[in-house]
Amino acid sequence: MEFLSYFGGVFEPTAFLLLLGGTIGGLILGATPGLSPTMAVALLIPFTFHLSPTQGLILLGAAYTSTVAGGAVSAILLKIPGAPANIATALDGNAMAKNGEGARALHLSFLSSGIGGVIGVLLLIFLTPVLAQWALAFGPSHLFWMAILGVTVIGSLDSRSFVKGLLSGCIGLWLSMIGFDDNLGAQRFIFTDSLAGGINIIAALIGLFAIPQVLDMFSKGRNSSVIEAIEVPKQAFMESLREIMRSGRSLSIGTIFGSIIGLIPGVGGQIAGLVAYDQAKKFSPDKEKFGTGHPEGLIAAESANNAMVGPSLVPLLTLSIPGSPTAAVLLGGLIIHGIFPGSDLFDNHPQVAWTFINSMLIGQILMVIFGIYTASWAAHIARAPVPIMAAAVMVLALFGAYSVQQSMGDVYVMLSLGVGMFFLEKFGFSAAPLVLGLILGPIAESNFTTGSLIANAQDGPIIYFMTGTLNLFLIVLVVASIGYSFWSNMMHGKMAKAERATS
Amino acid sequence: MNRFIKTLAVGVTAAALSAGATFAADYPDRPIGVAVSYGAGGATDFQARIVTMVAGNEDVLGQPIYIVNKPGAGGRVGWNWFATEAEADGYTMSAYNIPHFIAQSIKGGVSYSADSFEPIANWGADPAVVVVGKDSQFNTINEMVDYAKENPGKVTLSGAGLFVGHHIAALQIEKATGAKFAYIPTKGGGAAAMKAVIAGDVLGGINNLSDAFRAQQAGNVKILGVADIERNTEFLPDVPTLKEAGYDVDNASVNFRGLMVKKGTPQAVIDKLAAKVPEMFAHARVAKRMKAGGSPMKIMSRTEVQAMWAKRQETLKELLAGL
Repeated sequence: MEFLSYFGGVFEPTAFLLLLGGTIGGLILGATPGLSPTMAVALLIPFTFHLSPTQGLILLGAAYTSTVAGGAVSAILLKIPGAPANIATALDGNAMAKNGEGARALHLSFLSSGIGGVIGVLLLIFLTPVLAQWALAFGPSHLFWMAILGVTVIGSLDSRSFVKGLLSGCIGLWLSMIGFDDNLGAQRFIFTDSLAGGINIIAALIGLFAIPQVLDMFSKGRNSSVIEAIEVPKQAFMESLREIMRSGRSLSIGTIFGSIIGLIPGVGGQIAGLVAYDQAKKFSPDKEKFGTGHPEGLIAAESANNAMVGPSLVPLLTLSIPGSPTAAVLLGGLIIHGIFPGSDLFDNHPQVAWTFINSMLIGQILMVIFGIYTASWAAHIARAPVPIMAAAVMVLALFGAYSVQQSMGDVYVMLSLGVGMFFLEKFGFSAAPLVLGLILGPIAESNFTTGSLIANAQDGPIIYFMTGTLNLFLIVLVVASIGYSFWSNMMHGKMAKAERATS
Repeated sequence: MNRFIKTLAVGVTAAALSAGATFAADYPDRPIGVAVSYGAGGATDFQARIVTMVAGNEDVLGQPIYIVNKPGAGGRVGWNWFATEAEADGYTMSAYNIPHFIAQSIKGGVSYSADSFEPIANWGADPAVVVVGKDSQFNTINEMVDYAKENPGKVTLSGAGLFVGHHIAALQIEKATGAKFAYIPTKGGGAAAMKAVIAGDVLGGINNLSDAFRAQQAGNVKILGVADIERNTEFLPDVPTLKEAGYDVDNASVNFRGLMVKKGTPQAVIDKLAAKVPEMFAHARVAKRMKAGGSPMKIMSRTEVQAMWAKRQETLKELLAGL
């Protein structure tokens, strides 16, 4: 209960103002396509030079939490996920916005972010010592199996057809191989300088989600039915609150998966939302509603990606190991103030550590308040006539892709992937499994390479990858997941056949 | 006619010279970007952010410096971009890491070499150290080397990638001791390599002195030796150099960090930067932050860096020749 005595620090005038500023600024940065949480935090580091360590960390922590949640705004309203964490949010969230339920989607998204986030931070407060050891248990072989486990859900993710889901996943895995191999430096599929750095995930996200949409809007032309925008019904906050209270199942699935995945260094929040979304779909009685604007999917995805924030800091704060790129930037923010995470942080600077953690708790609540406030007017974006929307999304997509690393190469990659995806969508493929392949490919590959090198120095790859409790457990999960996919696909086929026979 | 051409030629030359002069006098009239070839949060990134933080002061450059991260493949992506696509106008600089980019250019497969760039100044020198987990069976570097001699290829050593300082140190240790190690390049830089050591995925590792110092302070690792010609009295006065331990390893793997511009940048701009940038590195506020972060500083002028690059080029060529 040590943390309670440091709550005062959060409410000191300067600290609280920074927390407010960080939260609001973070929401705006997060909602800007192309600005990932990692970049937002890196941009703020110079501001912390002039602050005390505690104040600096409060600013960075607030920005981290609220950029993750802010990414939901562009994912829902524009179908441009601001960061990999918000991919799953775009699936059902944007469908809801298109049905005129943008305000409801934003309310639900911020509420579930807040609930997931608070639970994640509480885990950080109470279970840090236990969790730290757990995070270290994942070596290269386990991370490899984790990534394979992720690959097995590709087929069932956001796709009517199991085979087409797998196919787009394979395209994603192939795209992820482009560029230099990160372990050994081999060059693959680089035929132009734009591809030397591989496919940048943020640029790819923008292209795959935003461009097909823009092309779709343009292809509809300028007839009056398109120009007339949809109505945006008012959404009472209390109603959203009641709805979230009823969604215990997807909330808990999101929070549990988000916290577990957030804890594992190297996998991070990129896939937390997608995995939680997929699991919520598997456990839901209304499977077929997912992808058509079903709130359950949105709630699972958003609670997962904010639940991951707290646990992702466990390896950083206790062992000085940054588990995610954003945590690495936070580490830099600590070090420049002469504070080394680890036992030093909690023993010698407890006021810094606990004030920081407490501020993230308060930050979650502030984020919900401001998020809900913006929702009431942000949802009116759906009223914008389609041609104007198309132009605006296009501009945001171009700027977003360029700003990631100030490179025109990323813009070309974004446009090519977007146009490719437009045609793939015409054949019933969807972007989410492709992106999952793109994210998981490098994780699986680099851990396999590292693991093999270690295995060769020890007892060989079979013993290294196939023995040990955690390895076996993950292998069982992989087999079960593949089995489940085939089984449900077969049942689905049988049911469809039976339906045809009766009709 | 002849005279006319002569006058014209003189006029053009004068105009060109004065244009050059005004360009240099105005430089810099807008913010300057620094491309860092590693991800945000890594040691090079965060040190680059610290050493450039006072650039906007009127007595330094008068214009702020901002950082652009271009990570990938141990720095190859960023330096390839810098050598092929960046403009040679002084408004795009790059952070260099020696021996990384020189070793990579010797191994080939990249579009740059030491001749593609012009050094401006050096800010830091981070020696490679040998680390093991806190519960490791090895307490001295000699124990580790002896074990490796008895079990060739069984001692796994993690490092930030291939042909970076850590790898060079591992190669030098192998050459000096005659023992065979298994060097494991990790994805995700020094932080991932350190994680592998702390978690026990590998028996030991080569890492940056600054990062290893922090991990040691946190009680997670033991530092067995420093790959430098003398001990680091500031941070690790008690850790012997590899030379003291009896192995002929010099400072070829020390990670020098500094700023460079592309070849073809106007000489006046290079001169201005070469004069101002070392002052910027020496600023009291920079020094304070660098010390707080456990980052050893080593400020070197443009001429000193040129000599250092040339010397590294030779040593590395020799070391990598057999591979």
